[in-house]
Amino acid sequence: MLHSAALSADLLERVGVGVGSFRSDDAVLPVPPALLSLFPGGGLRRGSTITVSRSPSLVLALTAQVSKRPGWCAEVGSPLLGSAAAVEAGIALERFVRVAEPGEQWATVTASLLEAFDLVIVHPPARAGQGDMRRLSARARERSAVLLVAGAWEGAMVGLSITGSKWQGLGAGHGYLRARQVEVQALGRGSAARPQRVKVWLPGIDGAVSLAHENAA
Amino acid sequence: MASSRAVRRLNNRAVRTLAVWCPDWPVVAAGGNADEPSAVLAGGHIFACSAAARLEGVRRGQRRRDAQSRCPELAVYPHDPSRDARLFEQVAESVEALVPGIEIVRPGLIVVAARGAARYYKGELPLLAKISTTVADETGRDVQLGLADGSFAATQAAYFAHIVPAGESAKFLAPQPIRSLDRPELADLLVRLGIRTLGDFAALPRADVLARFGPDAAYAHDLAHGFEARPPSARSAPPDLAVELALDPPVDRVDTATFVAKALAEQLHERLEARGLACIRISIEARTSNGEQLARSWRHGGVSTAGFSALAIADRTRWQLDGWLSGTIRSDDGQPTGGMVFLRLVPDEVVADAGRQLSLWDSTTGLGSDFSARGADVEQIERALARVQGLLGPEAVVTAVVGGGRELAEQVRLVPWGEPREMLPGDTCPWPGQLPSPSPATVLPEARSVTVTAVDGSPVEVSDRLAVSAPLHWLRIEQRAPIEIVGWAGPWPLDTHWWDRVAARRRARFQLTTVDGAGWLVTFDSGRWLIEAVYD
Repeated sequence: MLHSAALSADLLERVGVGVGSFRSDDAVLPVPPALLSLFPGGGLRRGSTITVSRSPSLVLALTAQVSKRPGWCAEVGSPLLGSAAAVEAGIALERFVRVAEPGEQWATVTASLLEAFDLVIVHPPARAGQGDMRRLSARARERSAVLLVAGAWEGAMVGLSITGSKWQGLGAGHGYLRARQVEVQALGRGSAARPQRVKVWLPGIDGAVSLAHENAA
Repeated sequence: MASSRAVRRLNNRAVRTLAVWCPDWPVVAAGGNADEPSAVLAGGHIFACSAAARLEGVRRGQRRRDAQSRCPELAVYPHDPSRDARLFEQVAESVEALVPGIEIVRPGLIVVAARGAARYYKGELPLLAKISTTVADETGRDVQLGLADGSFAATQAAYFAHIVPAGESAKFLAPQPIRSLDRPELADLLVRLGIRTLGDFAALPRADVLARFGPDAAYAHDLAHGFEARPPSARSAPPDLAVELALDPPVDRVDTATFVAKALAEQLHERLEARGLACIRISIEARTSNGEQLARSWRHGGVSTAGFSALAIADRTRWQLDGWLSGTIRSDDGQPTGGMVFLRLVPDEVVADAGRQLSLWDSTTGLGSDFSARGADVEQIERALARVQGLLGPEAVVTAVVGGGRELAEQVRLVPWGEPREMLPGDTCPWPGQLPSPSPATVLPEARSVTVTAVDGSPVEVSDRLAVSAPLHWLRIEQRAPIEIVGWAGPWPLDTHWWDRVAARRRARFQLTTVDGAGWLVTFDSGRWLIEAVYD
């Protein structure tokens, strides 16, 4: 299962699906193979905006796949993402640049980073306006970067969220957290309008993201 | 052929040069004692070691483990190039007061043209005596001096504390091993061909060396001959290549200086690159708000045909500014007497760019090795981050280094973009009591107070002997409805600073899962429950 998923990602990448495909080798950034069914384009299309709500581990898993490429990723607006967890997910910390407290300048900072980075994660402040978000999304499209909004924004190409989560490893007073099964839901526009769900280990016993059932999705 | 001979004759007029060398400088600067085995570690390998450590079999380039197996009592310090440069500034100042026009090759090594000074002090021997006593008196540092024709020979002479008579550089160099050329790849090759000394190498026909090994080797061949240690194409730079910057407000902090240094270095590098030039000697000039003029020259690696990279220029500038800010322009109480209001970088000597010096990311120093992978366009990345740093200050843009430590917060160090991401000695050791992976994806900057109660709603407590008063059943965050705890493990004791009566803390850690599927890391700390992190 894993093999065929990886293969099709590879294939899609080579064919070059998606916008900005003038760089056909590179039009789609890879996603964890287990989540492939949620991305109709075969991965994160360059130039697109996606949202991930309420799941830092999912943000880390997506970032890791881009980071391993090797790509450059940046995060704006939150000091919360655990660096140890980032390393475990496979992110190269030397190519993961963070601006935790941009203050009023968060949109300007994000726009600057979209100029150069492959993936920019933004935690928009509560007061963020639709105008700001639209401008950033347009900037991402123009620069063929991927904008990952940690939170909700309806203008995104794909919105990911976790609809179910169950940790394993803890008993009543013994054990330790070992693995977690989650249900990830993707809700998109256009070709991704129908909600898609997939059950995955995030992380599995081995720390990796993998499909929880053969027949999922 | 005739013209190449002419060039050779010109180069042969090697300048009488004095080299001032502080043995094992990185170790000395780190505070190591030369009489005890100590070493400086960079990237897990020995970068420099004291004479005592060398006697025990410790060598440069060894892995830490190998070095410690040879010498268990080895004291190990982390490598800090800016500390090396900052402390070396005192020595540089003290030498400069006697012999003007010094060039720093690296922290620990100075070269300077010696003819004028030797005449002034009535002979070479009195000059050397004057320098070694003055430096020892003023800085308390031990220096070793060498005098020869050309800076390469002078440097080698300094390693032996030797005065090479005029015209005898070639004779002095002949028995030296081939690796003193500081070109490991070339040396490797030559040794395999049976050429072990500079004399053997110099005996080869120059045209053959050039044809077989390329221009850099031909240049090394000249060095082995004792010809002037200056690349044949070296020339003084036209004045318009200098870059300068007025600083308003005045710069009196090292981190701001770092930022300025980087911007200016990039600018200079771009300007040189546009003309196909590389710089092998750079002057850093500054003026303080009190009108003091400061200037210092740095020479590239002593013996190389490849110029400074952008990163190397930035490093030298940062080190120099750091040195001035923490020494020269401070009064006795450590306060700056005035900030820097003007900074100028002058490429004193340039060579035609042989196409080797690269942008910030490919240098072999500092950041370079970390950034070998090239994803997006690194120059663009650098520009974008410079813009953000300009907007929010250099400290606002960071990357994390995960090291050792039991507590989540102390495991992570945030390094401002552009600073070297160095590991500390404790980073690679196992830390008993560290949480098992997976690590929490959300780490709260400040722990949040919560209530944990038993099934009957009574508060759960943990005694000093780690007895839990009742099974954990309800987790209540602020005034929200309590969430049922479905799994828990602990208490895992976390004693920190137990040796210190005031700072000692005894805490108990728990992992919880709640009915909504979330995982939590909570601690019981002197009667209170706190959330440290969330496994979400």
